[in-house]
Amino acid sequence: MKRRLQSITSKAVPAAVVLALLLVWQLVSVAGLVPRFMLPSPWDVVLAFASDFSLLAEHARVTLLEAFLGLACGILLAFGAAVLMDRFPLVYKGMYPVIVLTQTVPTIAIAPLLVLWMGYEMAPKITLIVLTTFFPITVGLLDGFRSADKDAMDLFQAMGASKFQIFRYMKLPGSLSHFFAGLRVSAAYSIVGAVIAEWLGGYHGLGVYMVRVKKSYAFDKMFAVIFLISLISLLLMKLVDLLQRAVMPWERVKEESQ
Amino acid sequence: MNTSNKQQREPMAEKTENGRKPMAEKTGRQQRGQGMEQQIILKAEHVTHRYERDNIIEDVSLYLKQGEIISLLGVSGVGKTTLFHALSGLLRPTEGRIWLGGREITGQAGNISYMLQKDMLLPYFTILDNIIMPKRLKGIPKKEAYREAEELLEEFGLAGSGRKYPAQLSGGMRQRAALLRTYLFSKEVALLDEPFSALDAITKGEMHDWYRKVMDRIRLSTIFITHDIDEAILLSDRIYIMAGKPGRITAELAIEALAYRTQAYALTGEFLEYKRQVLELLKPSGR
Repeated sequence: MKRRLQSITSKAVPAAVVLALLLVWQLVSVAGLVPRFMLPSPWDVVLAFASDFSLLAEHARVTLLEAFLGLACGILLAFGAAVLMDRFPLVYKGMYPVIVLTQTVPTIAIAPLLVLWMGYEMAPKITLIVLTTFFPITVGLLDGFRSADKDAMDLFQAMGASKFQIFRYMKLPGSLSHFFAGLRVSAAYSIVGAVIAEWLGGYHGLGVYMVRVKKSYAFDKMFAVIFLISLISLLLMKLVDLLQRAVMPWERVKEESQ
Repeated sequence: MNTSNKQQREPMAEKTENGRKPMAEKTGRQQRGQGMEQQIILKAEHVTHRYERDNIIEDVSLYLKQGEIISLLGVSGVGKTTLFHALSGLLRPTEGRIWLGGREITGQAGNISYMLQKDMLLPYFTILDNIIMPKRLKGIPKKEAYREAEELLEEFGLAGSGRKYPAQLSGGMRQRAALLRTYLFSKEVALLDEPFSALDAITKGEMHDWYRKVMDRIRLSTIFITHDIDEAILLSDRIYIMAGKPGRITAELAIEALAYRTQAYALTGEFLEYKRQVLELLKPSGR
């Protein structure tokens, strides 16, 4: 009962804050403190969203497709890189600084280059998403592999386990929570990465829509698409949480037994 | 009651091989109503292990007979775990040889089961999946491994817990599960490294009683490491005292208890006499 009450409170407080902010925004806009065309009211944003819904949905479909493809490639590459770095210390020494270095280059700086190289279709978008999602997942997995208990490894070795068996039965399942932590961040990055890449050139996607409505000074539609991007990112993160709960039932059991 | 000083005796294993009755021969097994001749199953001969320039353990010889329980008693850092690593094949000793049932296994892992102080049950597998892990590592099909493990769950006090996760079990039950996993790996010899030290006093007492009962049934030849003198006297047929730097076996004590050793045995005069002897042997002047 107490836990349930805590759960309700933990959700109600942020919801109340968001509602209060929307109310203040509506009042500021209605009172004319900021010109309506520059800061449309939340209600105007809702109306813009409703009027452009089918267009937004089509653009969102493309952005989501790019995000999923980019994320899938990012996961595969990250998994391969993490396994190699864990298995071969020399690969770790050689690759890890390069991977860290790639993260110091701003996404927005690479995107135009990718568009010039790969054109206006999906390829540059997916590449950019791979570049942004690869790092958190690789680091998460690598940390997970390396967090395997030394004593448990000794025990497995004493039982005659091969390196592959240690990986399969201990390192891989043991790294799942680290993997999902990286995936949660990467899921949000993937949408942002797709939108940034679409800004710089393309025919479809929420980024393309955003550039178009910006050029026509349709602020209400700008806000509508910003909220939609934010909502998609949140939903993706929630999806990762649900997936984690399904894949890692023991975590739920641990929470319940505490 | 027999005590022995290492400096005054021949290597123990040789004594037995020469047909001379070693002091422990009448103890544990006789107490459990099994006075038959016991074969040596595990033997370490003059094992020394050096790390960088220092010897961690030096010239350690010991033997374990079929169905016997022996303990290695000594202070922290004396090299007990290093000796276990050598026996289990996790490390190859710098010098010396290790034999299992007449076959040399020096530096070869995968022959002797090993249980650590922490239960090392993997949190993401159910108890049953944890227990069958050694079988899976040997390539035995899951179904077959399940069948064998399920038959033993009740024996190990784990009936109804097979499908649970480790987080759902108490400390004592987790240790039982770890012991069952150890047993499923090898029904010949087990090395237990302070298996009960992480448990609270009450659970530990219960585990001691349970352990003796189950050992009488499954007859798993066992060497266990302990810091706890009471535990060593209650559970073992023989105690090896390890001391010094580098660690050596400095003494050996056979426990020839007349009564069946439950927790109540710890209140008897006989127990206290053994404890006095062990304390004496642990003192530098006592050796």
